[in-house]
Amino acid sequence: MSGEKKAPYIVPIGPTHPALKEPVMFTFEMDGEQIREVDFAPGQVHRGIEWMGMRRNPVQIVHLTDRICGICGVSHTLAFSRAVEQVAEIEVPERADYIRTIIAEFERIQSHLLWAGVAAHELGFDSLLYLTWQVREQAMDVIENLTGNRVNYGIVQVGGVRRDIVPEQHKVIEDCLSAYEGVLSKLLDLFLHDRTIAMRCRDVGVLSKDDALKLCTVGPTARASGVNVDLRQDYPYCAYGDLEVRSILPDQYAGETRGDVYDRIVVRLLEVGQSCRIIRQCLSEMPPGEVTAEPKLAKLLAICKKASGEAIGRVEAPRGECFHYVLMAGKEAPHAWKVKASSYSNLMSWIPMLRGEQIADIPIIVASIDPCLSCTDRVAVVKGGLQSILSREDLHRLSVEKTRRLQQ
Amino acid sequence: MTEEILTPEQVAQVFRDRFGAAVTDIRITERREGVKKNPNYNIWIDIDRSILNPAVATLIDIHFPHLAVISGVDAGDAVRLIYHFTVFYGHRGAECTVSFSVNLPKGDLSIPTISGLIPGAVFSEREKQEFLGVRVIDIPDGRRLFLPDDFPEGIYPWRKDETGVPEGMINELWRSKRPVDRPAPPADEKALCELPTEDTPAEEGSP
Repeated sequence: MSGEKKAPYIVPIGPTHPALKEPVMFTFEMDGEQIREVDFAPGQVHRGIEWMGMRRNPVQIVHLTDRICGICGVSHTLAFSRAVEQVAEIEVPERADYIRTIIAEFERIQSHLLWAGVAAHELGFDSLLYLTWQVREQAMDVIENLTGNRVNYGIVQVGGVRRDIVPEQHKVIEDCLSAYEGVLSKLLDLFLHDRTIAMRCRDVGVLSKDDALKLCTVGPTARASGVNVDLRQDYPYCAYGDLEVRSILPDQYAGETRGDVYDRIVVRLLEVGQSCRIIRQCLSEMPPGEVTAEPKLAKLLAICKKASGEAIGRVEAPRGECFHYVLMAGKEAPHAWKVKASSYSNLMSWIPMLRGEQIADIPIIVASIDPCLSCTDRVAVVKGGLQSILSREDLHRLSVEKTRRLQQ
Repeated sequence: MTEEILTPEQVAQVFRDRFGAAVTDIRITERREGVKKNPNYNIWIDIDRSILNPAVATLIDIHFPHLAVISGVDAGDAVRLIYHFTVFYGHRGAECTVSFSVNLPKGDLSIPTISGLIPGAVFSEREKQEFLGVRVIDIPDGRRLFLPDDFPEGIYPWRKDETGVPEGMINELWRSKRPVDRPAPPADEKALCELPTEDTPAEEGSP
């Protein structure tokens, strides 16, 4: 840059993430406080998991898929297992379908609450962050009770699940659900009837329905823009076909769809209540029986080794469609494997959302799609040839200051 | 774009009628789960690369599709790209996937972009260029996506031929053993198991 030019100037943010602890490299073309153009480069933590998977057998891969994402510990494994089960023509016991559904819904609850806490923090409402994360702990405790782990659950195996839900655990689940149903109206009130949150989030980071469709967005990000997509409704897998799941759209709550950050909060919070209802229904309707089609791993491996063909496994993860394509060719390792995480489809939507917004709104808009990448701590501001480093704390401070200014 | 929901067989018929011999094969698979065993349908359509854009346009006429991702397979003498779309979302149990499979012989790995019809496809097209070495013609943004800038040119991680990741680039952490310049652990450790050396490689596929 020449140095004497006033506008536009370039603000690179990253390769670390201003909002979540996830690395991605942003380049903003700024005109004063306003964002004129946005570009981003993901892949700062690409680990070549597909490459590794093509050199391992399906029983080993489920432990790899457990670790693709730190939050969606079950979605990737479920999508991968469902693809392999279709190739190898394994019939999953009905009880396992229900257990998979219950774990997946608890995952959605804890993921949405984690996100709500991050959103509150980005806006400068740290007391709300502490409340949501305290509430979230209860879901984590139930997940630990059901699977043995808080993260990387290791519960889903090709052909079923590895642990049953026994009658004594029904009470643990029931206690958690009733606690959530009690606290949810409070959370809704705190998030949606707060004047400052509304000022920071209404008509900020707007994604139109047309853009949402053309940029292939998924999950709560798409639903908040009025696109009626939810795999649990459209393409029901596991136990969802037996339940009456309807996708949650913002107009059901507010009577209108604006596709802004506020609508994304509405969708995620209402989905916590929806997940509670789904879990309760699953518990009461869960059929008895086995939880896995083949408990002996050596036999399971032999079945997978013989299989050949291709299949798609899709799961509605907390952030949207999680998609696995698996091609087996009668060998131990899959011949081809493509993992499409939900955020893969949502990142492109950052560009229309951020264009025209202010620098202090970057954290909440970037966080509003609940991106799942991973984060370090540096923002370099290159201005007139002089370079200074803005840390994550500085950027967070800018966001908090904007909230305070609005409150005055 | 109509709101009419077609059966998978009707969707297949539309493509057979419109493209004739350029559609080489159509398969419909189904999967039923849960107690009620409601079906989910997947339509697999093998097409010639010349009709990729017209095929996507036909799909848009049926129902504006969601592009999930483009998968890629190294099939020996060809690279197969699979464009995974879904249609009829928004209606309970009606969604089905439509996957267009295109074979590109390794002598000519070029494919037209579909980003004119589906702008969000650029993301996945960029990934296919760097991971499989295909060339997307007229791609609006041809930069790398996930691979770092210093990743060598001409190496494509998902290829299984001589352009794949060479042995020398693989860093096998399990071979690196424990570092020796660390303070002693607070408690005694179990003896380390014997790791295979270069001369006696680990048995294929052992964990």
